[in-house]
Amino acid sequence: MELKEGDRIRIKKKTDSGVVVYEGIVMPTASRNIVIKLDSGYNIGIRPENVEIEVISGVEALKGERGSEKRIRKVKEDLPILSILSTGGTIASKVDYRTGAVSPQFSTEDILETIPELGQIANIKGKVIYSILSENMRAEYWRKLAAEVYREIKNGAEGIIVTHGTDTMGYTAAALSFMVQTPVPIVLVGSQRSADRPSSDAAMNAICAARVACSDLAEVVVVMHGSTSDDFCFIHRGTKVRKMHTSARYAFQSVNDIPIGRVYYDTSNIEKIRLEFFSAYKKRGDKELELGLRDKLEEKCCLIKFYPGADPAILDFFITQGYKGIVLEGTGLGHVSAEWIPGVARAVKQGIPLVMTSQCLYGTICDRVYDTGRDLLHAGIIEGDDMLPETALVKLMWVLGQTTDMEEVRHLMHENIAGEIRGRSVKEKVHLEI
Amino acid sequence: MDDHKIGLKAGLEIHQQLDTRTKLFCKCPTMLRDKKESTFSFKRYLRASKSEMGEVDEAALEEEKYSRTFIYKAYDSTCLVENDEQPPGELNPEAVDIALEVALLLNMNPVDEVHTMRKIVIDGSNTCGFQRTALVATDGGIETEEGFVGVDSLCLEEDAASKIETEGSSDAVVYSLDRLGIPLVEIGTAPDIRTADQAKKVAEQLGMILRSTGKVKRGLGTIRQDINISIEDGARVEIKGVQNLRLIGKIVENEVTRQTNLIKLREELKRRRARVERQIEDLSDIFANTTSKVIKRAGGKVFGICLRGFAGILGTEIQPGRRFGSELADFANKYGAGLMHTDELPAYGISEEEVVRLKRTFDATEDDCVVIVAAERERAEPALKAVLRRAEDAMREIPKETRRALPTGSSAYMRPLPGAARMYPETDVPPVEIDKQRLQYIKSKLPETFEHRKARYKEKFGLNDELADKISRNPHFSLFERIMESYENIPATLVVRTLTDTLAELMQEEIEVEKLEDHHFMDMFKQLSANAFGKEAVPEILKFMAKQPEMSIKKAIEEIGLRADMKEVKQLIEDIVNSKKDFVREKGAKAVGPLMGVVMKELRGKVDGKMINKILEEKVKEVMVRATSHDSE
Ligand SMILES: [Zn+2]
Repeated sequence: MELKEGDRIRIKKKTDSGVVVYEGIVMPTASRNIVIKLDSGYNIGIRPENVEIEVISGVEALKGERGSEKRIRKVKEDLPILSILSTGGTIASKVDYRTGAVSPQFSTEDILETIPELGQIANIKGKVIYSILSENMRAEYWRKLAAEVYREIKNGAEGIIVTHGTDTMGYTAAALSFMVQTPVPIVLVGSQRSADRPSSDAAMNAICAARVACSDLAEVVVVMHGSTSDDFCFIHRGTKVRKMHTSARYAFQSVNDIPIGRVYYDTSNIEKIRLEFFSAYKKRGDKELELGLRDKLEEKCCLIKFYPGADPAILDFFITQGYKGIVLEGTGLGHVSAEWIPGVARAVKQGIPLVMTSQCLYGTICDRVYDTGRDLLHAGIIEGDDMLPETALVKLMWVLGQTTDMEEVRHLMHENIAGEIRGRSVKEKVHLEI
Repeated sequence: MDDHKIGLKAGLEIHQQLDTRTKLFCKCPTMLRDKKESTFSFKRYLRASKSEMGEVDEAALEEEKYSRTFIYKAYDSTCLVENDEQPPGELNPEAVDIALEVALLLNMNPVDEVHTMRKIVIDGSNTCGFQRTALVATDGGIETEEGFVGVDSLCLEEDAASKIETEGSSDAVVYSLDRLGIPLVEIGTAPDIRTADQAKKVAEQLGMILRSTGKVKRGLGTIRQDINISIEDGARVEIKGVQNLRLIGKIVENEVTRQTNLIKLREELKRRRARVERQIEDLSDIFANTTSKVIKRAGGKVFGICLRGFAGILGTEIQPGRRFGSELADFANKYGAGLMHTDELPAYGISEEEVVRLKRTFDATEDDCVVIVAAERERAEPALKAVLRRAEDAMREIPKETRRALPTGSSAYMRPLPGAARMYPETDVPPVEIDKQRLQYIKSKLPETFEHRKARYKEKFGLNDELADKISRNPHFSLFERIMESYENIPATLVVRTLTDTLAELMQEEIEVEKLEDHHFMDMFKQLSANAFGKEAVPEILKFMAKQPEMSIKKAIEEIGLRADMKEVKQLIEDIVNSKKDFVREKGAKAVGPLMGVVMKELRGKVDGKMINKILEEKVKEVMVRATSHDSE
């Protein structure tokens, strides 16, 4: 018998002790068994053997698929206008019955319905740019997003919130940092625990993000939980932030930098959520902060992680594939094995810039200390300073989008454009919890 | 009150922790910790979420209104899963096996594929805001003396975090994460229970079946009972968190009383044409110079409402120790506001004059009742609105609700009954298919059923049908077997009577028999087997041991004065026989019967009756022999 999802059915199953009758609604499933939702709310699976199935009524529209009711919101004159650009990810997620996985599906309207507090902070204007998981992000999407951000600011948005899946949020933050010159806050936000659960960090992160988006901070930042508690969010500079934990709320950390600041969450007084800044930042209203968009990217760049014994042919492969720029994630102060050095020299000679970063993540590149390093410098490697490998990759794409002149590339890679190079190393305060 | 006549229908929901090596969804041990050993704590908020069917659950929303902060205490024996910082692992197979075993023992039908669900619970007891639960089996049942009781469902679920005393004056509720994630089975019976006594018996029987697996946790808090109760014209009420089996009968009784009284109150209110006014008044001015500490503590803020025609109603007792006013107070308490009313005032430092002014504010007559709460407006208003709703309900119906069992056997309001739409799939946990071989294997290892045990006892110990039935259903059945195997000269009927009727009688006398452990019984029967005391003294010894469980039986026998030196006993009997020499001579062997009564008066409970009989016969014989020898002289 053909069963449709949503059908209400009765299953009579023969057992050793007689017949058991189950009644419920057919649920989507990946298994070969029939999965029904009983009236008690429980799902169960029944093997389609020794059963009699009777359809009681046709598809009961799976409620919850409904379009949310659109409430008309009055513009509050005293509140700033924020644009929420949605790209997907777990700040807005829903159960996917086909695969049984959590997937991004909600529109910005849904976000506002779930987090009405945002309406107390600003006049929210939302737009869905993408509905994708962040691992499916790609450079061309960064460009479109940058263009949308630019347009929103041009059209009067006083702050931008980008909702984003957390997996590649750091890359997107770096990309926007280089591509958009902004006079207003651009805040990326996501959630580590899916938005469908009462304990989700989505609401608090979004509320804190909105607060930052209304502040005088004119930079691209990531605002996410600062600890395992629902007590504060950190404001991380877009080029210095990295996801450092697979699942915890405090996954996002500033690397080789302290966070720009922190947002103290307080459910009792949403309007008065307090901001604290730890370091200098570009301020809204500063003269030199004209809105600008330089969104050209050379997408054919790659990031190669070196490991003991890694075959130098890996490098050759990328060169023959026509890659225009390569970031290496070397060991320690910035090393690959001696075997790799001829390949590095060849690539540079062909006009392919090679940037060295470190898999230590913390600390700066210094190839002058050991022989291999000096050989690498001699072969023409560009030291990535204290840049994160991922940020160096995004920056290289962006730099190659602006110029192909090797000397200029070298110069730009060393220039601090969006806070990606701190230059001055201090003792790290690592905000990891035990 | 006749439970049958009032149409009592009750069902039980039993939660029993399983004694698995690890928790249900992570590899942490299932052990409880001293809260002082907590290594760190964190703070969270919870929000209601849309359930799978797109409806926001009513019970979930009700909780959100209280908007509380939760503090969680973590340990070196808890991990990121408990913290809701990491997706759960797979459903613990050891726990699934135990759940299947229990299901089979309850004659249930396991489902073919177990799906873990998220059941929304936002009182903070689960860090995720939902409890993970899976339906494992349905359609079973057990036979009881009063008929068949269906067992509708068996679910495998994670236990919740345990609530610790609220810290300081803050609104934060503190939970300990050690208990969160311990596997438990939730067994739900059909509403087939018809009397309070049957409720208690069903709970006992289910508890015994669970323990027969040897794979469930034991001790305080490892088993919790919820009871669903309704009576005709009443409402379905769920009473949660009964930890003491002995209370089940009382709770059923008290709920029947509550509902019957609420029905009476409703009729009375109708007769009086009572009504509630929705007007909430700020009464703080009246208490500007009050001496009431309660009000001072609330910053002098007082708000109130007037219930017309309710005079005396709030002061009416509806359950032992609880008046209708207590029911209303439960609602105000939810918002952290204490409630007072004119049925009980002046009291709490509130003066006569203040009461007069209160009443005047509302133009209240002798027929009315003014209800006040001392709290700032943000708390007072929702608290009084909830009280108003409850008062309105009192004139209409008995509300369906979830209540909390109190140690007295009464209960307090907790929240509305949860709606059905509070579950959606836990997509992080893959479904588990139960294959036939697995079931077959578990079936082959099932502990003995009660029917089988009964037949065995009849044969092996020669018990009659009634006694065999009684002991094989009794939680002490394995103790019974141990005693029988250890002391061969003890009659089986005596052991059965002791473990069933005697204990039941002691319970009736409010003796705390749960203090008695297996070793107490073993030792007692050992002493009895050595004739250290007479079997008539068994109840007295048990009573004594329940009060002083740390004392040895030997010492106890001495303390009670039971220890009878056989020499002394013989002497005593000899003395008695000698004093009645003439009687013995006259009656011969027939003198034993009447003399037995005299001797027993002295020795009852101290020495076994049979033993006395034997000695007595000897002594009588001696006297007779002496008599004949005298005659021949
Ligand atoms: Zn754990």
